Amino acid sequence: MRTDSGTVPGTAPATMPGPAGRPRMKASTRRRLFRGVLYAVFVLAVLLVGFLADWQAIRTNFLDLDVAREMFPEIVVTAVKNTVIYTVIAFIGGLALGLILALMKLSPVGPYRWVATAYIELFRGLPALLVIFGFAFAVPIAFNWRPPGGSAGAGLIALIIVSAAYIAETIRAGIQAVPPGQVEAARSLGMTPAWTMVSVVLPQAFRIVTPPLTNELVILIKDTSLLFIAGMALGDRELTTFARDAVSQQANATPLVVAALMYLIITLPLTRLVAWLERHNKRGR
Amino acid sequence: MAMHNPAHQAPAASTAGPPAIEVRNLHKSFGEVEVLKGIDFHVDQGEVVCVIGPSGSGKSTLLRCVNRLEEPTSGTVLVEGVDITDPETDLDLVRTRIGMVFQQFNLFPHLSVLRNLTLAQQRAKKRGKAEAVEIARKNLAKVGLAHKEDAFPAQLSGGQQQRVAIARALSMNPDMMLFDEPTSALDPELVGDVLEVMRQLADEGMTMMVVTHEMGFAREVGDRLVFMDGGVVVEQGDPREVLGNPQHERTQAFLSKVL
Repeated sequence: MRTDSGTVPGTAPATMPGPAGRPRMKASTRRRLFRGVLYAVFVLAVLLVGFLADWQAIRTNFLDLDVAREMFPEIVVTAVKNTVIYTVIAFIGGLALGLILALMKLSPVGPYRWVATAYIELFRGLPALLVIFGFAFAVPIAFNWRPPGGSAGAGLIALIIVSAAYIAETIRAGIQAVPPGQVEAARSLGMTPAWTMVSVVLPQAFRIVTPPLTNELVILIKDTSLLFIAGMALGDRELTTFARDAVSQQANATPLVVAALMYLIITLPLTRLVAWLERHNKRGR
Repeated sequence: MAMHNPAHQAPAASTAGPPAIEVRNLHKSFGEVEVLKGIDFHVDQGEVVCVIGPSGSGKSTLLRCVNRLEEPTSGTVLVEGVDITDPETDLDLVRTRIGMVFQQFNLFPHLSVLRNLTLAQQRAKKRGKAEAVEIARKNLAKVGLAHKEDAFPAQLSGGQQQRVAIARALSMNPDMMLFDEPTSALDPELVGDVLEVMRQLADEGMTMMVVTHEMGFAREVGDRLVFMDGGVVVEQGDPREVLGNPQHERTQAFLSKVL
């Protein structure tokens, strides 16, 4: 039995009958219908969330403008500033240590490789929070040593050590992505392995890993929030510690929202930059 | 050339001097596969030797053993009388005297053309910047690319890149040049310019070892032609002789396919 194909909205007449004898929908119609369903589900979900949320509670607990106003300018001149400073220090330190580890991992000398591998596996396998905790409390006791910069300094050393493990793997991948012909060309010109690495391989490797390294930077920005576990002096507080303190002082959660916005103001341009770099890199090759 | 040759000292003023390249009973294996099965080979000073043969015949491997980009499994490689397989030999110093040109050009993509030519001069030959730049410009002019010194490799055609690569090798003032299929990666219309530069070099008396598929170049420019197959030198001699009247049936079979 055949139905008139004209009953399906939007199809031209006389499409081929499907296996069940029904007229098959045109592919474009099927796509349009499917997309319509997706939109409907989305709208429903948004409505549901809007309906279920307690807007009154949200406004008083999370969007209290007076509480928010109270946080300025302190949140910028101390908290944001410290977050940025900690990130920069941890990133530069992680980059330097990560580069050394990457070179060790590619070294022809066995023990260097083993040490680098052990280091990388260890610190990629541990939660950063635990490492920070260890450097803030366990290491000073075990070695009778006070890290420079107090709790913040101890936490930063931990962040450097953890980020170096990730950065080392990124740089190693970048070095290995440089075509072997580049090394051969440099060596055939009589350049030593060291000069070849410095002048030929590393500049190209860093160009290759700029997008993933920027990603590491974004991750590091967020990981500075873990420093709260070290317990910080007032002037040393970064965004999350600052916001947590404000929450308990004001008995209101608005500071968390403000801190979240501050993080996004820093991280969003960077993630856009990564996307741009990736497009740019692809075109460059 | 009364220049620096501290690594070896020719016994007084021998008239001929040692061959530029001398290979004795060279074997090279990659794992189980034996690619070179006892090669005896030499290139005299000022000689242009072209090496031809089917792919997999070991000709590129032989060339790469000459500056030890490949580690010979056994045998001897002498460059101007210096045994480069001897661990005591300063390999980097020997390499500054052997220019090498690759099939894939291998220019440094992050550096300008001029910097490509000066980098190794400064790093390996310890030349000052001004001197290195002067030598680089002279060699760029020689390959007809003086106007491209600020360009980056990616902005050049394949033929231009290969000429820059030749100029880069020449900037080290090498005593000899190795060419590893220098035109095989080029579009046909770009081959001529590169071959022209190579012909000019040969005319100037440069010692050259050229692995190539360009039979015309081998016939017209080469002093000697070596045919390799299956990891051995099958036949060699005057290029016109070998190409026109090959003695060995493997040579005949190969030439019947390519000519």
